[in-house]
Amino acid sequence: MSDKLIKIIRFIGLGFLEPIIRLSRGEEPRKNGILILKIIIAPLASVLLFIGVWQTGSTALFNKEANYRIEKALKDQGQKAADEMKLCIDSGDISCQPNTLPSPSQVNASFKTLLKDHKAISIDKKNFKEKTAALNKQRNAEGKDPIVYTGRPSFVDQIKTSIKTVFAGFLLAILIAVPIGVIIGLSDTLRSSFNWLIQIFKPVSPVVWLLLVFMIVKTLTKDSDTDSSFIISFISVGLCSMWATLVNTAMGVSTVDKDFINVAKVLKLGPLQKVFKVILPSSLPLIFTGLRITLSVAWMVLIAIELLAQSPGLGSFVWEEFQNGANDSNSKIIVAMFVIGIIGFLLDRLMLAIQKFVSFNKNEGI
Amino acid sequence: MMPTKIFKKQEKFAPAEVMLDLHDLKKVYPTPKGDYVVLEHLDLQVKKEEFVTIIGHSGCGKTTMLSMIAGLNPISDGGISVLGTSIKGPGPDRGVIFQSPSLMPWMTALENVKLGVRKVFPHATKKQKEDICKYYLNKVGLDGSFNKKASELSQGMQQRVGIARAFAIKPKVLLLDEPFGMLDSLTRGELQDVLIEIWNKEKITAVMITHDVDEAIFLADRVIMMTSGPSAKIGDILSIDFERPRTRKAVIGHDDYYKYRKYLIDFLEH
Ligand SMILES: Nc1ncnc2c1ncn2[C@@H]1O[C@H](COP(=O)(O)OP(=O)(O)O)[C@@H](O)[C@H]1O
Ligand SMILES: [Mg+2]
Repeated sequence: MSDKLIKIIRFIGLGFLEPIIRLSRGEEPRKNGILILKIIIAPLASVLLFIGVWQTGSTALFNKEANYRIEKALKDQGQKAADEMKLCIDSGDISCQPNTLPSPSQVNASFKTLLKDHKAISIDKKNFKEKTAALNKQRNAEGKDPIVYTGRPSFVDQIKTSIKTVFAGFLLAILIAVPIGVIIGLSDTLRSSFNWLIQIFKPVSPVVWLLLVFMIVKTLTKDSDTDSSFIISFISVGLCSMWATLVNTAMGVSTVDKDFINVAKVLKLGPLQKVFKVILPSSLPLIFTGLRITLSVAWMVLIAIELLAQSPGLGSFVWEEFQNGANDSNSKIIVAMFVIGIIGFLLDRLMLAIQKFVSFNKNEGI
Repeated sequence: MMPTKIFKKQEKFAPAEVMLDLHDLKKVYPTPKGDYVVLEHLDLQVKKEEFVTIIGHSGCGKTTMLSMIAGLNPISDGGISVLGTSIKGPGPDRGVIFQSPSLMPWMTALENVKLGVRKVFPHATKKQKEDICKYYLNKVGLDGSFNKKASELSQGMQQRVGIARAFAIKPKVLLLDEPFGMLDSLTRGELQDVLIEIWNKEKITAVMITHDVDEAIFLADRVIMMTSGPSAKIGDILSIDFERPRTRKAVIGHDDYYKYRKYLIDFLEH
């Protein structure tokens, strides 16, 4: 039972929990104790160190900004204004707080605010739904569009939108890159004739892709009134991130073990059987390596693209907070930064687990 | 004392007896330093239901010759025919067992054998095809491992599957390129027995490259000796007249065994 648990946590990349489980069962206390020290206590210490450095840094920046404000008041308006400014800053009044790198506790506070905000908005949404349920039913019967909630999205809603967009983009990347990669991987001629295109478009920045997609989608959706920002951002994400999969798929397909190809020839397999029974399975590990890179690139460019395209999601959350300039905006941006990082990490773990699952040599670490 | 009877390479068989015919075969590899002639004026006939082994120095062109027979390597000049018909590319009339088992590691043993059977018996029902595969897997001693992934099998087991896969497509000629070269001697002995038993039952022609003189003698009706390259050809042919079925013990105990062995080693060392 517990061994199954250990297998599972190892498989999903949480192997560092293993010694805790083992120790809790009283297995080899000395060895597992040292292991815990090494792979849990030491990283925890580094987290504390990180927070310490951050705290010190933000305090220093705070003091610098505060001194600057006091001196500016002294220079512009005299001693009295300077004293008032000092008092005001010390009192913690929002109106005169220095606007700089927030401290860990401020960020933590903002995190809680955002969660509270999310709860409030969720309740609001629920009430709205209950209120409009009957009306929407009636509208539905009359063939009219239902009334939808148009209030401000919460932070959690933004996260959900971003995840939805990244997976839509990722799916698009798979649908484009895998088939094309297989086709050009099968033919030397096609590979060399399309190589220039791949080499030129691969390094193009996400911003340019966004503009390109914008040009096309804007024209295509001229006559419909649907919101095109979601379409624009997921297509841009797909186009930016698909290259790693395309290149890896083509490489995987073109470098299938010669022995396998000979077996296929000797057994006289038809072209379809050859592709589906031999070539694709043997290039799966490389394809998934490509997909893993694609997903992490997709997540990275998504934030930038949402920010630029003003489509809802974490990117525009960051941008709006930056524009907003409220006193807790900076700490909300840092919260978003951690959320982006953690989700990126989890997505990578997910792909790693799938990658391990499809590679035929299960013991091979990546 | 020479062995009692040695067929020289010039010997011709009656056309009706011949399964495989290599005629004035030539192979040229283009290299940066100009063409490299591996094989030239190579003539060889193999009779129906005959087992021949091929020995020769490493790099003389044995694999080249075998892959040409398999249809995996283009012929530069001359011709290869099976039952009087020139070969065109690979075909199910010629089965191949490679040096490395070359199983698809993501498939089970059974699926690997099925891979070729589907193509060769298109009209058989699913059950019939499966029975054919299982029959051969049983023959090679893998009755308990049908559904094991190929990657989970040992080298020796994998090569057993390779043998089953080759026989299951019912070839007329079986081509083997040092199939047991990577195995330890115990496993090699076991697989030789498995191979010779199925071959005996199926009555097909077998051409096997080996670098092991004892293996060459134990398995063969004739041992074909190739000269060293470039422009390698058949240097000499030794007929092994032991009765079949043979046991390893009887072969090693036979008076002629050491004569045969000495003859082959002399050829290789000269
Ligand atoms: N594709 C190739 N291109 C050029 N030379 C080759 C190629 N394949 C084999 N050779 C050369 O042909 C010779 C015979 O090779 P091979 O048939 O593998 O020998 P053997 O199987 O007898 O050891 C060797 O010298 C080898 O280097
Ligand atoms: Mg060889």
